Amino acid sequence: MSGPPRELAAPPGVLAGAVAVGAALAGLPWVVDPYQTILLAYGLVMGIAALGFNLLLGYTGLLSFGHSAYFGVGAYTVALLVKYAGVTSMEAFLAAAIAASVLVTAVFGSVCVRYTRIFFGILTLALSQVLWSLAFKLYWVTGGTDGLRVPTPTLLGVTARGDKIQFLAREYYYYVLVIFAACTALMWVIVHSPFGKALQAIRDNETRAAFVGIRVWRYRWIAFLISGVFTGLAGALWAPLNGLTTPEVLYWPFSGEIVFMTVLGGFRAFAGPIVGAVVFNYLKTYAVGFTVYWQLLLGAVLVGLVLALPTGIVGTVWRLVRRARGR
Amino acid sequence: MSLPIIHLLNALLYAAVLFLIAGGLSLIYGVMRIVNLAHGNLFAFGAYVTAWTVGRALAGQPTPLLLLVLPVGALATAALGALLEPTLLRPFYRRAEEYQLLVTFGLLMILEDLMRLIWGPYPVAASAIWENAGSVTIRGNLYPIYNLVVIAVGLAAAVFLWAFIYRTRFGVVLRATSQNMRVAQGLGVNVNHVYVQAFTLGCFMAGLGGAIIVPAQSAVLGMGIDALVLAFIVVVIGGLGSLEGALVGAFVVALVREAGIVLFPEIELAVLYLMAAAVLLARPAGLFGRP
Repeated sequence: MSGPPRELAAPPGVLAGAVAVGAALAGLPWVVDPYQTILLAYGLVMGIAALGFNLLLGYTGLLSFGHSAYFGVGAYTVALLVKYAGVTSMEAFLAAAIAASVLVTAVFGSVCVRYTRIFFGILTLALSQVLWSLAFKLYWVTGGTDGLRVPTPTLLGVTARGDKIQFLAREYYYYVLVIFAACTALMWVIVHSPFGKALQAIRDNETRAAFVGIRVWRYRWIAFLISGVFTGLAGALWAPLNGLTTPEVLYWPFSGEIVFMTVLGGFRAFAGPIVGAVVFNYLKTYAVGFTVYWQLLLGAVLVGLVLALPTGIVGTVWRLVRRARGR
Repeated sequence: MSLPIIHLLNALLYAAVLFLIAGGLSLIYGVMRIVNLAHGNLFAFGAYVTAWTVGRALAGQPTPLLLLVLPVGALATAALGALLEPTLLRPFYRRAEEYQLLVTFGLLMILEDLMRLIWGPYPVAASAIWENAGSVTIRGNLYPIYNLVVIAVGLAAAVFLWAFIYRTRFGVVLRATSQNMRVAQGLGVNVNHVYVQAFTLGCFMAGLGGAIIVPAQSAVLGMGIDALVLAFIVVVIGGLGSLEGALVGAFVVALVREAGIVLFPEIELAVLYLMAAAVLLARPAGLFGRP
């Protein structure tokens, strides 16, 4: 073996595209106002969550309807650390959130990966609602529906000075951006590694995958673990951005939103969940600002998109590009 | 000790409504293989229509008349279902399960806000019926007569449904389609018609659940989403697609919930979800489901 397998090296086009997008994202805070930047930060955080979610849906063929659980575990880990341990370091938050989501996904995953299709979906949903009902009912610990406040954290040991909006739009945005880039790169490596190929083999034909010697349950369990940890990390990044953690991020409609954004972007494409998360975040924010009946608007958009763009935004764009090239 | 009987009656009341919601959900899944995430909102829709008709439009009318128009919510929900299935769901049968879940999730959001748009953000009550029905004394405890009516309606619905599915020609066609859609089609069953009918019947049941419970508790926003997760627990325990399962599941969930409210209120919901997970682990197809 000399060097990593060929599949792990991104083709030049993909690398150039990623660098261009990264540069554009890095330059954006100087062009647009802080509000837009913070909105984009939300989008990128949800992008990490959706990217993790799609390792299960797009690559392993498992539709989880309980990813709010891992997002909530990340967010509540941060909030509880603030309240009961007085921690303010963002790095400590992230480390703790990763540890907590590893723990929860390891347990939930060992139960869920035995099933596929609708049973997997309902089982993940049921387990996520256990956590929701605990956050909801144990109000003396979690603050119940009032939630828990999450103040501005210190980044790399540096305490933020001045305005919170400025902090979120600059320092925190770049912090999120760096983690987002790292997560995207890591996920790229994972899905293009032999492990990722094995997951896709399981997705396409479980029986054949088992016959070529893939240990299906174990591979699914590891995919579940990675998926949940990505989403938990996103939850931890989300908590200081939002400033408040409420049981809503654990409730099942939030899992529905994660599914929504992934399918909106296109779950057959690597970048689909990211595009979907950013677009969904803008859609939701503007729908909420535009009318109190934002759910009506968003629901109609969702149904329309699913009808009109069966392969999601990214899938449709690729098809148009291929057609333009005359193939 | 006279309290247990009251708790038992409360559990039966709860089971009656849960059965109507979960039975419809299960019927739709059994025939059409669609998990309808908007099903809870259809229950809420039935509750709102009845609450508005009885509590606002016909407020002050004599109670017998109000009781007579109570099913209007169920009929309205059935009509809504008959409209939704051919327009919104039919294009999705050929596509992957993910899209079916997604389109019903979109429908959930649309219905939730449509109800806010039509009936406003405040609860709509139809408590006049509940109050006028009075109460009886059971072993020294006052118990609302209306609650007994709800229990009776739930039982009647179960019996009616059983007769409908196992004793009529339509029921045979329905079961045949559920067992093997292609063979049924080959034998001359118009599957499109069966799907509309099954979906409409499922919606009718959900709407009836909403209509009969609304005099006892007001119609509020979010009631559909809360109801759906409980209905999920019921069908998971009983088995997706099985009506007997929905009935047994509704009893189990209602009893555990009633016991939970008295004995372990903090973790009552968590226990229910864990129970559903445990059943799925032991018997993935539920207690009565076909594996």
